[in-house]
Amino acid sequence: MKVLAPGLLTTVQDLGRIGFAKQGVSPSGAMDGNALRAANLLVGNDEDAAGLEITSGGMRLEFRKRALIAICGANFSLAISGVALPSWRAIYVEDGSVVEFDDARRGWRAYFAVAGGIDVPTVMGSRSTYLRAGLGGLEGRPLRAGDQLARGRAGAAAQRAMLDSGQSLGPLPFALTGRVLSNPERLYRSGPIRFIPGPQWDMMDEADRKAFVTETFEISTRSDRMGYRLSGRELRSAKGAELISTAVLTGTVQVPPGGEPIVLLADRQTTGGYPMVAQVIRADLGAVAQLRPGNEIRFTEVTIDAAHEALRYVENVVGELKGAEDRAPSRP
Amino acid sequence: MLQKAIVARECPEVGEKGVSIFERPQMSPLGDCALVIAFGDEIDQAINWRVKASWDRLEAASLPATVEHIPTFTNVTVIYDPLRASYKELVAEIGRVIEALPAQISGTEARTVEIPVCYGGDFGPDLESVAARNDLSPDEVVAIHCESTYPVYMIGFAPGFPYLGGMSERISAPRLDTPREKIPAGSVGIAGRQTGVYPIETPGGWRLIGRTPLRLFDPTRHSPSLLQAGDLVRFTAVSKKEYERTQREEA
Repeated sequence: MKVLAPGLLTTVQDLGRIGFAKQGVSPSGAMDGNALRAANLLVGNDEDAAGLEITSGGMRLEFRKRALIAICGANFSLAISGVALPSWRAIYVEDGSVVEFDDARRGWRAYFAVAGGIDVPTVMGSRSTYLRAGLGGLEGRPLRAGDQLARGRAGAAAQRAMLDSGQSLGPLPFALTGRVLSNPERLYRSGPIRFIPGPQWDMMDEADRKAFVTETFEISTRSDRMGYRLSGRELRSAKGAELISTAVLTGTVQVPPGGEPIVLLADRQTTGGYPMVAQVIRADLGAVAQLRPGNEIRFTEVTIDAAHEALRYVENVVGELKGAEDRAPSRP
Repeated sequence: MLQKAIVARECPEVGEKGVSIFERPQMSPLGDCALVIAFGDEIDQAINWRVKASWDRLEAASLPATVEHIPTFTNVTVIYDPLRASYKELVAEIGRVIEALPAQISGTEARTVEIPVCYGGDFGPDLESVAARNDLSPDEVVAIHCESTYPVYMIGFAPGFPYLGGMSERISAPRLDTPREKIPAGSVGIAGRQTGVYPIETPGGWRLIGRTPLRLFDPTRHSPSLLQAGDLVRFTAVSKKEYERTQREEA
Protein backbone atom coordinates (compact mmCIF):
# COMPACT_ATOMS: atom_id res chain seq x y z
CA MET A 1 0.00 0.00 0.00
CA LYS A 2 1.21 3.52 -0.71
CA VAL A 3 0.35 6.68 1.20
CA LEU A 4 -0.61 9.34 -1.37
CA ALA A 5 -1.54 11.91 1.30
CA PRO A 6 -1.21 11.46 5.07
CA GLY A 7 -3.96 13.85 6.21
CA LEU A 8 -3.63 15.76 9.49
CA LEU A 9 -2.05 12.91 11.49
CA THR A 10 -1.90 9.23 10.58
CA THR A 11 0.07 6.74 12.65
CA VAL A 12 0.44 2.97 12.86
CA GLN A 13 -1.21 1.74 16.08
CA ASP A 14 -2.20 -1.53 17.70
CA LEU A 15 -3.66 -1.91 21.16
CA GLY A 16 -0.57 -0.47 22.83
CA ARG A 17 2.72 -1.26 24.48
CA ILE A 18 1.52 -2.88 27.66
CA GLY A 19 3.74 -3.73 30.63
CA PHE A 20 6.41 -1.04 30.36
CA ALA A 21 4.91 1.73 32.50
CA LYS A 22 7.32 0.62 35.25
CA GLN A 23 10.10 1.65 32.84
CA GLY A 24 8.50 5.00 32.06
CA VAL A 25 7.14 4.00 28.65
CA SER A 26 3.66 5.21 27.67
CA PRO A 27 1.22 2.63 26.36
CA SER A 28 0.39 4.54 23.13
CA GLY A 29 -1.90 2.44 20.92
CA ALA A 30 -5.26 3.27 19.34
CA MET A 31 -7.02 6.11 21.18
CA ASP A 32 -10.35 4.40 20.34
CA GLY A 33 -9.26 0.82 20.92
CA ASN A 34 -12.69 -0.72 20.31
CA ALA A 35 -12.87 0.77 16.82
CA LEU A 36 -9.49 -0.75 15.91
CA ARG A 37 -10.54 -4.09 17.43
CA ALA A 38 -13.74 -4.05 15.36
CA ALA A 39 -11.86 -3.19 12.15
CA ASN A 40 -9.38 -6.02 12.75
CA LEU A 41 -12.06 -8.58 13.54
CA LEU A 42 -14.03 -7.59 10.43
CA VAL A 43 -11.08 -8.47 8.17
CA GLY A 44 -10.27 -11.67 10.05
CA ASN A 45 -7.23 -10.36 11.97
CA ASP A 46 -6.50 -10.85 15.64
CA GLU A 47 -8.08 -7.91 17.41
CA ASP A 48 -4.68 -6.50 18.39
CA ALA A 49 -3.15 -6.41 14.90
CA ALA A 50 -1.66 -3.11 13.78
CA GLY A 51 -3.80 -0.73 11.75
CA LEU A 52 -3.80 2.98 10.98
CA GLU A 53 -5.21 5.71 13.19
CA ILE A 54 -6.34 8.47 10.86
CA THR A 55 -7.09 11.82 12.49
CA SER A 56 -9.38 14.20 10.62
CA GLY A 57 -9.71 14.08 6.82
CA GLY A 58 -7.31 14.29 3.89
CA MET A 59 -5.79 10.80 3.92
CA ARG A 60 -5.45 8.96 0.60
CA LEU A 61 -4.20 5.39 0.38
CA GLU A 62 -3.45 3.45 -2.80
CA PHE A 63 -3.59 -0.34 -3.00
CA ARG A 64 -0.91 -2.05 -5.07
CA LYS A 65 -2.51 -5.44 -4.51
CA ARG A 66 -6.07 -6.52 -3.84
CA ALA A 67 -7.00 -6.41 -0.17
CA LEU A 68 -9.73 -6.93 2.37
CA ILE A 69 -10.07 -3.76 4.45
CA ALA A 70 -12.35 -2.24 7.08
CA ILE A 71 -12.63 1.31 8.40
CA CYS A 72 -14.24 1.92 11.79
CA GLY A 73 -14.49 4.74 14.30
CA ALA A 74 -15.19 8.27 13.14
CA ASN A 75 -17.85 8.71 10.51
CA PHE A 76 -15.72 9.98 7.60
CA SER A 77 -16.91 10.32 4.07
CA LEU A 78 -14.99 7.49 2.45
CA ALA A 79 -14.76 6.87 -1.24
CA ILE A 80 -13.05 4.88 -3.96
CA SER A 81 -13.13 6.59 -7.39
CA GLY A 82 -15.80 8.94 -6.10
CA VAL A 83 -18.13 6.13 -4.98
CA ALA A 84 -19.02 6.23 -1.28
CA LEU A 85 -17.93 3.39 1.00
CA PRO A 86 -19.54 2.36 4.28
CA SER A 87 -17.59 2.10 7.50
CA TRP A 88 -17.86 -0.76 10.04
CA ARG A 89 -17.88 -3.26 7.16
CA ALA A 90 -15.28 -5.44 5.48
CA ILE A 91 -14.65 -4.31 1.90
CA TYR A 92 -12.77 -6.06 -0.88
CA VAL A 93 -10.69 -3.64 -2.93
CA GLU A 94 -9.02 -4.37 -6.28
CA ASP A 95 -5.39 -3.48 -6.95
CA GLY A 96 -4.99 0.08 -8.14
CA SER A 97 -7.86 1.37 -5.95
CA VAL A 98 -7.39 4.61 -4.03
CA VAL A 99 -9.36 5.02 -0.78
CA GLU A 100 -10.03 8.63 0.19
CA PHE A 101 -10.87 9.75 3.73
CA ASP A 102 -12.62 13.12 3.89
CA ASP A 103 -14.65 15.34 6.20
CA ALA A 104 -15.13 13.55 9.47
CA ARG A 105 -18.85 14.22 9.84
CA ARG A 106 -18.95 12.75 13.30
CA GLY A 107 -15.96 11.80 15.43
CA TRP A 108 -12.30 12.61 14.91
CA ARG A 109 -10.32 9.36 14.40
CA ALA A 110 -10.90 6.54 11.93
CA TYR A 111 -9.24 3.15 12.18
CA PHE A 112 -8.12 1.33 9.08
CA ALA A 113 -7.42 -2.41 9.18
CA VAL A 114 -6.22 -4.61 6.34
CA ALA A 115 -6.31 -8.42 6.32
CA GLY A 116 -2.86 -9.50 7.53
CA GLY A 117 -2.30 -6.30 9.50
CA ILE A 118 0.20 -3.49 8.89
CA ASP A 119 3.62 -5.09 9.01
CA VAL A 120 6.11 -2.90 10.84
CA PRO A 121 8.73 -4.17 13.30
CA THR A 122 7.56 -5.01 16.81
CA VAL A 123 9.23 -2.77 19.40
CA MET A 124 8.81 -3.82 23.02
CA GLY A 125 5.96 -6.13 22.15
CA SER A 126 3.96 -3.64 20.11
CA ARG A 127 3.78 -2.00 16.70
CA SER A 128 2.23 1.19 18.09
CA THR A 129 3.82 4.53 17.29
CA TYR A 130 4.99 6.50 20.33
CA LEU A 131 5.68 9.88 18.79
CA ARG A 132 7.36 11.54 21.77
CA ALA A 133 10.12 8.93 21.95
CA GLY A 134 10.16 8.17 18.21
CA LEU A 135 9.39 4.51 18.94
CA GLY A 136 7.49 1.85 17.03
CA GLY A 137 5.19 2.25 14.03
CA LEU A 138 6.86 3.37 10.82
CA GLU A 139 10.23 4.74 12.01
CA GLY A 140 8.54 6.16 15.11
CA ARG A 141 6.88 8.96 13.11
CA PRO A 142 3.59 9.96 11.51
CA LEU A 143 3.03 8.70 7.96
CA ARG A 144 4.14 10.90 5.06
CA ALA A 145 3.18 11.04 1.40
CA GLY A 146 5.10 8.37 -0.49
CA ASP A 147 5.41 5.93 2.43
CA GLN A 148 5.01 2.28 1.47
CA LEU A 149 3.23 0.06 3.96
CA ALA A 150 3.78 -3.68 3.99
CA ARG A 151 1.14 -6.04 5.27
CA GLY A 152 1.29 -9.40 6.92
CA ARG A 153 -0.17 -12.63 5.58
CA ALA A 154 -3.95 -12.62 5.55
CA GLY A 155 -5.72 -15.41 7.42
CA ALA A 156 -7.61 -18.21 5.65
CA ALA A 157 -11.03 -16.59 6.17
CA ALA A 158 -9.82 -13.32 4.65
CA GLN A 159 -8.24 -15.15 1.71
CA ARG A 160 -11.53 -16.91 1.04
CA ALA A 161 -13.53 -13.67 1.33
CA MET A 162 -11.16 -11.99 -1.13
CA LEU A 163 -11.44 -14.83 -3.59
CA ASP A 164 -15.25 -14.86 -3.43
CA SER A 165 -15.45 -11.06 -3.70
CA GLY A 166 -13.02 -10.94 -6.60
CA GLN A 167 -15.14 -13.40 -8.56
CA SER A 168 -18.39 -11.53 -7.93
CA LEU A 169 -16.95 -8.09 -8.71
CA GLY A 170 -19.20 -5.78 -10.73
CA PRO A 171 -18.09 -2.68 -12.64
CA LEU A 172 -16.73 -1.00 -9.51
CA PRO A 173 -13.20 -1.70 -8.20
CA PHE A 174 -14.52 -2.84 -4.83
CA ALA A 175 -17.18 -5.07 -3.28
CA LEU A 176 -18.87 -4.99 0.09
CA THR A 177 -18.76 -8.21 2.06
CA GLY A 178 -21.36 -9.45 4.52
CA ARG A 179 -18.98 -8.92 7.43
CA VAL A 180 -20.43 -5.93 9.23
CA LEU A 181 -20.93 -4.54 12.74
CA SER A 182 -24.49 -3.33 13.09
CA ASN A 183 -25.37 -0.34 15.25
CA PRO A 184 -21.76 0.59 16.06
CA GLU A 185 -23.06 3.59 18.02
CA ARG A 186 -23.52 1.06 20.84
CA LEU A 187 -19.76 1.37 21.40
CA TYR A 188 -20.04 5.07 22.20
CA ARG A 189 -21.47 6.67 25.28
CA SER A 190 -24.03 9.25 24.17
CA GLY A 191 -24.68 10.91 27.54
CA PRO A 192 -22.19 12.58 29.89
CA ILE A 193 -18.85 10.77 30.18
CA ARG A 194 -18.83 8.50 33.22
CA PHE A 195 -16.08 8.75 35.83
CA ILE A 196 -15.06 7.40 39.21
CA PRO A 197 -13.77 10.01 41.68
CA GLY A 198 -9.97 10.07 41.82
CA PRO A 199 -7.68 10.03 44.86
CA GLN A 200 -7.78 13.85 45.15
CA TRP A 201 -11.50 14.31 44.39
CA ASP A 202 -12.12 15.38 47.98
CA MET A 203 -9.32 17.92 47.81
CA MET A 204 -11.63 20.06 45.68
CA ASP A 205 -14.14 22.20 47.52
CA GLU A 206 -17.84 21.49 47.19
CA ALA A 207 -18.38 24.15 44.55
CA ASP A 208 -15.72 22.65 42.25
CA ARG A 209 -16.96 19.10 42.82
CA LYS A 210 -20.45 20.22 41.89
CA ALA A 211 -19.18 22.17 38.89
CA PHE A 212 -17.36 19.11 37.57
CA VAL A 213 -20.62 17.19 37.23
CA THR A 214 -22.89 20.07 36.18
CA GLU A 215 -20.79 22.32 33.94
CA THR A 216 -20.01 21.76 30.28
CA PHE A 217 -16.32 21.81 29.33
CA GLU A 218 -14.83 22.30 25.89
CA ILE A 219 -11.97 20.31 24.33
CA SER A 220 -9.21 22.89 23.96
CA THR A 221 -7.18 23.30 20.79
CA ARG A 222 -4.13 22.41 22.91
CA SER A 223 -5.17 18.76 22.88
CA ASP A 224 -3.45 15.79 21.30
CA ARG A 225 -2.73 12.08 21.79
CA MET A 226 -1.08 12.87 25.13
CA GLY A 227 -4.18 14.45 26.59
CA TYR A 228 -7.18 16.71 26.19
CA ARG A 229 -7.17 20.03 28.00
CA LEU A 230 -10.64 21.10 29.03
CA SER A 231 -11.57 24.76 28.98
CA GLY A 232 -14.48 26.14 30.91
CA ARG A 233 -14.61 26.44 34.65
CA GLU A 234 -11.19 26.32 36.31
CA LEU A 235 -11.04 23.92 39.24
CA ARG A 236 -8.98 26.24 41.40
CA SER A 237 -9.55 24.51 44.72
CA ALA A 238 -7.57 21.46 43.58
CA LYS A 239 -4.29 23.35 43.52
CA GLY A 240 -1.75 24.02 46.20
CA ALA A 241 -1.14 20.53 47.51
CA GLU A 242 2.35 19.11 47.37
CA LEU A 243 1.82 15.67 45.90
CA ILE A 244 4.34 12.91 45.51
CA SER A 245 4.54 11.66 41.92
CA THR A 246 2.56 8.49 41.32
CA ALA A 247 1.30 6.43 38.40
CA VAL A 248 -1.30 8.02 36.12
CA LEU A 249 -3.51 6.14 33.68
CA THR A 250 -5.28 6.67 30.39
CA GLY A 251 -8.47 8.50 31.35
CA THR A 252 -7.02 10.09 34.49
CA VAL A 253 -8.29 13.67 34.91
CA GLN A 254 -5.47 15.79 36.36
CA VAL A 255 -5.72 19.39 37.48
CA PRO A 256 -2.48 21.41 37.08
CA PRO A 257 -2.01 24.64 39.07
CA GLY A 258 -3.85 26.75 36.46
CA GLY A 259 -7.07 24.88 37.27
CA GLU A 260 -7.68 23.67 33.70
CA PRO A 261 -8.39 19.92 33.86
CA ILE A 262 -6.55 17.53 31.51
CA VAL A 263 -7.84 14.10 30.50
CA LEU A 264 -4.72 11.98 29.99
CA LEU A 265 -4.76 9.78 26.90
CA ALA A 266 -2.71 7.15 25.06
CA ASP A 267 0.63 9.00 24.73
CA ARG A 268 0.54 10.44 28.27
CA GLN A 269 3.45 10.24 30.67
CA THR A 270 3.42 7.26 33.03
CA THR A 271 3.63 9.25 36.27
CA GLY A 272 2.45 12.64 37.41
CA GLY A 273 2.32 14.90 40.43
CA TYR A 274 -0.83 16.94 39.87
CA PRO A 275 -4.08 16.25 41.74
CA MET A 276 -5.99 13.36 40.14
CA VAL A 277 -9.60 14.31 40.62
CA ALA A 278 -11.36 11.75 38.41
CA GLN A 279 -10.85 8.65 36.30
CA VAL A 280 -12.90 8.21 33.11
CA ILE A 281 -14.26 4.65 32.98
CA ARG A 282 -12.73 2.36 30.38
CA ALA A 283 -16.02 1.84 28.52
CA ASP A 284 -16.20 5.58 27.75
CA LEU A 285 -12.61 6.16 26.57
CA GLY A 286 -13.59 5.59 22.92
CA ALA A 287 -16.25 8.28 23.11
CA VAL A 288 -13.68 10.70 24.57
CA ALA A 289 -11.11 9.81 21.87
CA GLN A 290 -13.65 10.71 19.19
CA LEU A 291 -14.09 14.26 20.51
CA ARG A 292 -12.29 16.95 18.56
CA PRO A 293 -11.07 20.39 19.66
CA GLY A 294 -14.11 22.61 20.13
CA ASN A 295 -16.45 19.74 21.07
CA GLU A 296 -18.20 19.81 24.42
CA ILE A 297 -17.82 17.27 27.21
CA ARG A 298 -19.80 16.69 30.38
CA PHE A 299 -19.19 14.27 33.23
CA THR A 300 -21.29 12.09 35.50
CA GLU A 301 -20.18 10.00 38.48
CA VAL A 302 -20.74 6.23 38.57
CA THR A 303 -19.78 3.35 40.85
CA ILE A 304 -17.11 0.79 40.03
CA ASP A 305 -19.79 -1.86 39.63
CA ALA A 306 -21.66 0.30 37.12
CA ALA A 307 -18.40 0.91 35.24
CA HIS A 308 -17.72 -2.82 35.02
CA GLU A 309 -21.28 -3.43 33.81
CA ALA A 310 -20.75 -0.79 31.08
CA LEU A 311 -17.50 -2.49 30.09
CA ARG A 312 -19.19 -5.89 29.81
CA TYR A 313 -21.84 -4.33 27.55
CA VAL A 314 -19.20 -2.88 25.21
CA GLU A 315 -17.25 -6.16 25.23
CA ASN A 316 -20.38 -8.00 24.16
CA VAL A 317 -20.81 -5.65 21.20
CA VAL A 318 -17.21 -6.23 20.06
CA GLY A 319 -17.70 -9.92 20.83
CA GLU A 320 -20.38 -10.15 18.12
CA LEU A 321 -17.51 -10.03 15.62
CA LYS A 322 -15.53 -12.83 17.19
CA GLY A 323 -15.81 -16.21 15.54
CA ALA A 324 -18.44 -14.85 13.16
CA GLU A 325 -19.08 -17.15 10.19
CA ASP A 326 -18.11 -15.86 6.80
CA ARG A 327 -21.14 -14.66 5.00
CA ALA A 328 -21.62 -14.48 1.27
CA PRO A 329 -20.29 -11.29 -0.30
CA SER A 330 -22.85 -8.89 -1.70
CA ARG A 331 -22.54 -6.43 -4.54
CA PRO A 332 -22.52 -2.74 -3.72
CA MET B 1 28.11 -4.71 28.08
CA LEU B 2 25.26 -4.20 30.44
CA GLN B 3 26.52 -6.73 32.96
CA LYS B 4 29.85 -4.97 33.19
CA ALA B 5 28.14 -1.94 34.62
CA ILE B 6 26.41 -3.88 37.32
CA VAL B 7 28.49 -4.79 40.32
CA ALA B 8 27.50 -6.14 43.69
CA ARG B 9 28.01 -3.69 46.50
CA GLU B 10 27.11 -3.42 50.14
CA CYS B 11 24.03 -1.35 50.63
CA PRO B 12 24.31 1.65 52.93
CA GLU B 13 22.44 1.50 56.21
CA VAL B 14 19.57 3.90 56.51
CA GLY B 15 19.17 5.59 59.85
CA GLU B 16 15.88 5.61 61.72
CA LYS B 17 14.14 8.89 61.00
CA GLY B 18 10.77 7.98 62.41
CA VAL B 19 9.04 8.15 59.03
CA SER B 20 5.37 7.38 58.80
CA ILE B 21 5.23 3.95 57.24
CA PHE B 22 1.65 2.76 57.21
CA GLU B 23 1.11 -0.07 59.67
CA ARG B 24 -0.74 -1.99 56.97
CA PRO B 25 -0.63 -1.26 53.24
CA GLN B 26 -3.70 0.74 52.23
CA MET B 27 -5.57 -0.31 49.08
CA SER B 28 -7.92 1.99 47.22
CA PRO B 29 -9.44 1.98 43.73
CA LEU B 30 -8.09 4.15 40.91
CA GLY B 31 -10.94 4.13 38.46
CA ASP B 32 -12.49 0.89 37.24
CA CYS B 33 -9.32 -0.89 36.04
CA ALA B 34 -6.68 -0.14 38.67
CA LEU B 35 -6.01 0.02 42.37
CA VAL B 36 -3.29 1.64 44.45
CA ILE B 37 -1.44 -0.05 47.33
CA ALA B 38 0.08 2.70 49.50
CA PHE B 39 2.85 2.10 52.04
CA GLY B 40 3.39 5.61 53.37
CA ASP B 41 3.04 9.24 52.41
CA GLU B 42 6.52 10.68 52.15
CA ILE B 43 9.60 10.20 50.02
CA ASP B 44 11.72 7.88 52.10
CA GLN B 45 13.92 4.92 51.44
CA ALA B 46 12.32 2.65 54.07
CA ILE B 47 8.88 3.25 52.49
CA ASN B 48 10.27 2.75 49.01
CA TRP B 49 11.84 -0.56 50.05
CA ARG B 50 8.41 -1.80 51.09
CA VAL B 51 7.12 -0.69 47.69
CA LYS B 52 9.92 -2.66 46.05
CA ALA B 53 9.40 -5.76 48.19
CA SER B 54 5.67 -5.83 47.43
CA TRP B 55 6.25 -5.12 43.76
CA ASP B 56 8.66 -8.08 43.58
CA ARG B 57 6.07 -10.34 45.19
CA LEU B 58 3.31 -9.16 42.84
CA GLU B 59 5.51 -9.66 39.76
CA ALA B 60 6.41 -13.15 40.97
CA ALA B 61 2.79 -14.05 41.78
CA SER B 62 1.54 -12.66 38.45
CA LEU B 63 -2.13 -12.93 39.41
CA PRO B 64 -4.25 -13.87 36.37
CA ALA B 65 -6.41 -10.73 36.44
CA THR B 66 -3.51 -8.30 36.80
CA VAL B 67 -2.10 -6.58 33.73
CA GLU B 68 0.71 -4.46 35.14
CA HIS B 69 2.27 -3.34 38.44
CA ILE B 70 3.78 0.14 38.55
CA PRO B 71 6.00 1.05 41.53
CA THR B 72 6.46 4.71 42.50
CA PHE B 73 7.85 6.54 45.56
CA THR B 74 5.25 5.40 48.08
CA ASN B 75 2.89 3.01 46.32
CA VAL B 76 2.32 0.32 43.72
CA THR B 77 -0.44 0.85 41.17
CA VAL B 78 -1.95 -2.41 39.90
CA ILE B 79 -3.77 -2.35 36.57
CA TYR B 80 -6.26 -5.19 36.25
CA ASP B 81 -8.80 -6.61 33.87
CA PRO B 82 -12.24 -6.21 35.44
CA LEU B 83 -13.61 -8.89 33.12
CA ARG B 84 -11.43 -11.41 35.01
CA ALA B 85 -11.82 -10.27 38.62
CA SER B 86 -13.86 -7.76 40.58
CA TYR B 87 -12.20 -5.08 42.66
CA LYS B 88 -13.09 -6.90 45.87
CA GLU B 89 -11.73 -10.24 44.68
CA LEU B 90 -8.50 -8.61 43.62
CA VAL B 91 -8.05 -6.75 46.91
CA ALA B 92 -8.36 -10.09 48.72
CA GLU B 93 -5.90 -11.83 46.38
CA ILE B 94 -3.35 -9.02 46.55
CA GLY B 95 -3.72 -8.91 50.32
CA ARG B 96 -2.61 -12.54 50.45
CA VAL B 97 0.36 -11.90 48.15
CA ILE B 98 1.76 -8.98 50.11
CA GLU B 99 0.78 -10.03 53.64
CA ALA B 100 3.40 -10.46 56.31
CA LEU B 101 6.09 -8.27 54.83
CA PRO B 102 8.93 -8.25 57.35
CA ALA B 103 8.83 -5.33 59.78
CA GLN B 104 12.32 -4.28 58.68
CA ILE B 105 13.10 -4.30 55.02
CA SER B 106 16.49 -3.16 53.82
CA GLY B 107 17.97 -2.96 50.39
CA THR B 108 20.73 -5.51 51.01
CA GLU B 109 19.55 -7.44 47.99
CA ALA B 110 19.51 -4.33 45.83
CA ARG B 111 21.51 -4.29 42.64
CA THR B 112 24.05 -1.50 42.28
CA VAL B 113 24.55 -0.06 38.83
CA GLU B 114 27.74 1.88 38.22
CA ILE B 115 27.32 4.74 35.77
CA PRO B 116 30.53 6.14 34.25
CA VAL B 117 30.36 9.89 33.69
CA CYS B 118 32.68 12.19 31.82
CA TYR B 119 32.30 15.40 33.83
CA GLY B 120 32.65 19.00 32.66
CA GLY B 121 33.71 20.33 29.27
CA ASP B 122 31.17 20.16 26.45
CA PHE B 123 29.39 17.33 28.27
CA GLY B 124 28.88 19.35 31.46
CA PRO B 125 28.51 23.02 30.49
CA ASP B 126 27.02 23.89 33.89
CA LEU B 127 29.65 22.19 36.09
CA GLU B 128 31.38 25.53 36.68
CA SER B 129 28.18 27.32 37.66
CA VAL B 130 27.17 24.52 40.05
CA ALA B 131 30.64 24.77 41.63
CA ALA B 132 30.55 28.56 41.88
CA ARG B 133 27.10 28.56 43.48
CA ASN B 134 28.33 26.23 46.20
CA ASP B 135 31.80 27.78 46.73
CA LEU B 136 33.46 24.62 45.50
CA SER B 137 35.89 23.79 42.74
CA PRO B 138 34.56 21.73 39.80
CA ASP B 139 36.67 18.80 40.99
CA GLU B 140 35.07 18.98 44.42
CA VAL B 141 31.59 18.88 42.85
CA VAL B 142 32.60 15.78 40.90
CA ALA B 143 34.04 14.14 44.03
CA ILE B 144 30.86 14.82 46.01
CA HIS B 145 28.64 13.63 43.14
CA CYS B 146 30.63 10.38 42.98
CA GLU B 147 30.77 9.65 46.71
CA SER B 148 27.05 9.00 47.31
CA THR B 149 24.99 5.92 46.58
CA TYR B 150 21.69 6.94 45.03
CA PRO B 151 18.52 4.84 45.41
CA VAL B 152 16.30 4.62 42.31
CA TYR B 153 12.89 5.41 43.79
CA MET B 154 11.00 4.99 40.54
CA ILE B 155 11.18 5.25 36.76
CA GLY B 156 8.86 7.79 35.17
CA PHE B 157 8.50 11.12 33.35
CA ALA B 158 10.24 9.71 30.25
CA PRO B 159 11.28 6.21 29.13
CA GLY B 160 14.00 4.98 31.50
CA PHE B 161 14.22 8.21 33.53
CA PRO B 162 15.25 7.40 37.14
CA TYR B 163 14.04 9.44 40.10
CA LEU B 164 17.12 9.29 42.33
CA GLY B 165 17.33 10.12 46.01
CA GLY B 166 20.35 10.79 48.14
CA MET B 167 22.16 13.74 46.53
CA SER B 168 24.30 15.87 48.82
CA GLU B 169 22.91 19.34 49.51
CA ARG B 170 26.47 20.64 49.12
CA ILE B 171 26.11 20.48 45.31
CA SER B 172 22.49 21.52 44.89
CA ALA B 173 21.64 24.19 42.32
CA PRO B 174 18.38 25.59 40.93
CA ARG B 175 17.11 24.81 37.46
CA LEU B 176 18.17 27.06 34.60
CA ASP B 177 15.94 30.10 34.08
CA THR B 178 15.58 29.17 30.44
CA PRO B 179 15.42 25.44 29.68
CA ARG B 180 17.56 24.12 26.84
CA GLU B 181 15.66 23.03 23.76
CA LYS B 182 17.71 19.90 23.30
CA ILE B 183 19.55 17.92 25.91
CA PRO B 184 21.50 14.95 24.52
CA ALA B 185 20.72 11.46 25.80
CA GLY B 186 23.03 10.46 28.64
CA SER B 187 23.35 13.98 30.09
CA VAL B 188 23.78 14.01 33.86
CA GLY B 189 22.19 16.98 35.58
CA ILE B 190 21.29 18.62 38.85
CA ALA B 191 18.00 20.36 39.67
CA GLY B 192 17.51 21.58 43.20
CA ARG B 193 18.44 18.71 45.49
CA GLN B 194 17.97 16.09 42.79
CA THR B 195 20.34 14.54 40.33
CA GLY B 196 19.38 12.52 37.28
CA VAL B 197 20.30 11.25 33.85
CA TYR B 198 18.37 12.07 30.65
CA PRO B 199 17.73 8.73 28.89
CA ILE B 200 16.52 10.24 25.61
CA GLU B 201 17.07 13.55 23.89
CA THR B 202 14.55 15.99 25.28
CA PRO B 203 14.18 19.66 26.24
CA GLY B 204 14.98 20.36 29.87
CA GLY B 205 16.09 22.83 32.51
CA TRP B 206 18.49 20.80 34.64
CA ARG B 207 22.07 22.02 35.07
CA LEU B 208 24.29 19.64 33.13
CA ILE B 209 27.50 18.50 34.82
CA GLY B 210 28.52 15.58 32.60
CA ARG B 211 27.46 12.78 30.31
CA THR B 212 27.42 8.98 30.47
CA PRO B 213 28.13 6.76 27.46
CA LEU B 214 25.70 4.14 28.83
CA ARG B 215 22.32 3.89 27.16
CA LEU B 216 19.77 4.33 29.92
CA PHE B 217 17.01 3.43 27.50
CA ASP B 218 17.34 1.08 24.55
CA PRO B 219 14.12 -0.35 23.12
CA THR B 220 16.01 -3.25 21.52
CA ARG B 221 17.18 -4.64 24.88
CA HIS B 222 15.22 -7.31 26.72
CA SER B 223 14.85 -4.78 29.53
CA PRO B 224 14.87 -1.44 27.69
CA SER B 225 15.43 0.62 30.84
CA LEU B 226 18.93 0.16 32.28
CA LEU B 227 17.66 1.04 35.75
CA GLN B 228 14.71 -0.40 37.67
CA ALA B 229 12.91 0.90 40.73
CA GLY B 230 14.81 -0.39 43.77
CA ASP B 231 18.27 -0.30 42.19
CA LEU B 232 21.17 1.69 43.63
CA VAL B 233 23.30 3.95 41.46
CA ARG B 234 26.95 5.02 41.82
CA PHE B 235 28.52 7.55 39.49
CA THR B 236 32.22 7.18 38.62
CA ALA B 237 34.30 9.81 36.86
CA VAL B 238 35.89 8.70 33.60
CA SER B 239 38.11 10.42 31.04
CA LYS B 240 36.94 11.43 27.57
CA LYS B 241 38.91 8.47 26.21
CA GLU B 242 37.18 5.96 28.48
CA TYR B 243 33.86 7.60 27.64
CA GLU B 244 34.48 7.07 23.93
CA ARG B 245 35.60 3.47 24.43
CA THR B 246 32.47 2.59 26.42
CA GLN B 247 30.36 4.41 23.87
CA ARG B 248 31.80 2.22 21.09
CA GLU B 249 31.12 -0.90 23.16
CA GLU B 250 27.54 0.20 23.78
CA ALA B 251 26.85 0.85 20.11
